Amino acid sequence: MLLEVSELVKRYRDLVAVDRVAFAIEGGTCFGLLGPNGAGKTTTIEMIEGIIAPSAGEIRYKGAPRGAAFREEIGIQFQQTGLLAFLTVFETLQTLQGLYRRRRDLAALVAQCGLGDIRDQMNDKISGGQRQRLLLALALANDPELLFLDEPSTGLDPQARRNLWDIIGEIKAQGKTIILTTHYMEEAQALCDQVAIMDRGRIIARGTPLGLIRQHCEGITIVLPEDGFNGPVEAVADHFHRVNGNIEIQTTDTHGCLRRLMAGGVDITGLTVRSPNLEDVFLNLTGRKLRA
Amino acid sequence: MSFQRLWVIFKARNREYFRDRAAFGWNFLFPFLLIAGFGLIFGGKELSEYKVGVFPLATHSPAGENLRIAAAFGETRYLQFVPIASLEEGLTKLNRHKIDFLVKNDPASRDYWVNDASPKGYIIERLFNDSLRASAGLPAPGRKNAIQGARIRYIDWLFPGILGMNMMFSALWGVGYVVVRYRKNGVLKRLKATPLTALEYLGAQLLSRVFLLMFSLVVVWVGCDLIFHFQVAGRYLDLLLTFLVGGLSLTAVGVLMASRGVSEEFTSGVLNFITWPMMFLSEVWFSLEGAPRWVWGLAQVFPLTHLISAVRKIMNDGADLMAVRLELAVMLAISAVCLALGARLFSWNR
Repeated sequence: MLLEVSELVKRYRDLVAVDRVAFAIEGGTCFGLLGPNGAGKTTTIEMIEGIIAPSAGEIRYKGAPRGAAFREEIGIQFQQTGLLAFLTVFETLQTLQGLYRRRRDLAALVAQCGLGDIRDQMNDKISGGQRQRLLLALALANDPELLFLDEPSTGLDPQARRNLWDIIGEIKAQGKTIILTTHYMEEAQALCDQVAIMDRGRIIARGTPLGLIRQHCEGITIVLPEDGFNGPVEAVADHFHRVNGNIEIQTTDTHGCLRRLMAGGVDITGLTVRSPNLEDVFLNLTGRKLRA
Repeated sequence: MSFQRLWVIFKARNREYFRDRAAFGWNFLFPFLLIAGFGLIFGGKELSEYKVGVFPLATHSPAGENLRIAAAFGETRYLQFVPIASLEEGLTKLNRHKIDFLVKNDPASRDYWVNDASPKGYIIERLFNDSLRASAGLPAPGRKNAIQGARIRYIDWLFPGILGMNMMFSALWGVGYVVVRYRKNGVLKRLKATPLTALEYLGAQLLSRVFLLMFSLVVVWVGCDLIFHFQVAGRYLDLLLTFLVGGLSLTAVGVLMASRGVSEEFTSGVLNFITWPMMFLSEVWFSLEGAPRWVWGLAQVFPLTHLISAVRKIMNDGADLMAVRLELAVMLAISAVCLALGARLFSWNR
């Protein structure tokens, strides 16, 4: 295993932000920590990165406690970070790369992260998507073996997010090990080989995205506007959740469910059907949406 | 300790300084404007320390015009005669300490008005009475002796103080404030994730600031010297070395200030709390001769006191480095203590 985390705890006075978290990551895989805001994902990876000290627990890198070489071999894209002022994009990369012994060809890195057009722009004059790509490039400047990406696509528009996923996909294809935190289920499903779902500081489920969906969700999900129901929902559906003004019904018997709805006088205009996803896994496990 | 990493941060900080045009320009403009302002105010003349109101005189009339007061008093140096329209107006101004003394615009008048709560008024009262005695032909009871040696212009005395003060502001705010801002906006957290150590980071900040202080010192000195032709009795190299040690000690105080905290407002308060007493007690503007012992003792804590003292000794008295070794030793000791404490207390995170 490249990284092993056991019984990791972080306390802030009376608050337990991370509670006995444990997992192991194989080299060359992408591991996702999925959970809502405040679940303890960032605190967990910042303890692994060495940014904050754990209250208890053990972190082993390549089978041993993290040593001086650890910082040389990791790359980090923080969720929120500032950049040195009055530097261009390329100078920012040069400066950060200069702090490492391990280095990557900057021209190739600029090309990979799509920074060619803005390489001579000041780093405070670039857009949100460009900034995220720059932060990713900074995380890759030392050609890391282990890459931490903390909510890499937060705040990006769908197109910029897709672009970023493509780049992360390329990095993954190069055999890098990635630890990714996100509260976007599509992101975790698209990029991760393994995911751990966190809630209130604890890991509540772990496995492959598909495995978790199979384990915790059955059949399909029928989505209907709540105002289409003219009586209690319980009268026409057994297993459902209220989500953003909709009723989401999970069922293995699609025809039976639809017959029951129509017999109950439910207006099925606007009905949609979809496959279950990690969002449903979280919903089933906690009764809450990931993005409330 | 990696000098490569130190060099990278040193270079980045210098780039930031030179590219921040507004702050860069102000660093040179501020001391230059202060020196130029003082040069302009004094303009080779002596400073009028005391204000004497004279009535009745048209308030818009130029000072001295239609002035008809006792000649011996009117010729007293350092007195500024202010035209006042009426006794009533004069009394109001006297009460509010806008003027220090009030007389009638009549050479034969012996009447005067003074605010008993005004120390300056008391001095002028003595001068006024002495000048009346002199007018009556009474001899002066004292005997005057001339001092030996070249007289030092006020601007030559003031210049080291202003340069030192500029260094102090630049060192404390340029390191203390900037590092706290970097901590607040997450730049330090980003750097912590790299192999860079606290000592390398603080060392780079220190060296960069000292380099920039010396650079701006030379530019300001040369610029001001072209106008004011300063008299330097000692060696320029000694001056440069003294400023270097002074800059180091002031920057080390900045490093200590930068070691903790994320609130720019709080840091501003702390920096003001340090810089203001340092500015007033380090003899930038006036001498502390005769000040209470505890005030003098407090001033010795400040590196600026020792910097200005050493520079004035070299510039005004022609002292060499041996003669200012005590000041240099104190500044080096302050540097060592502040740096050690700063590195120990330093926090990357919020």
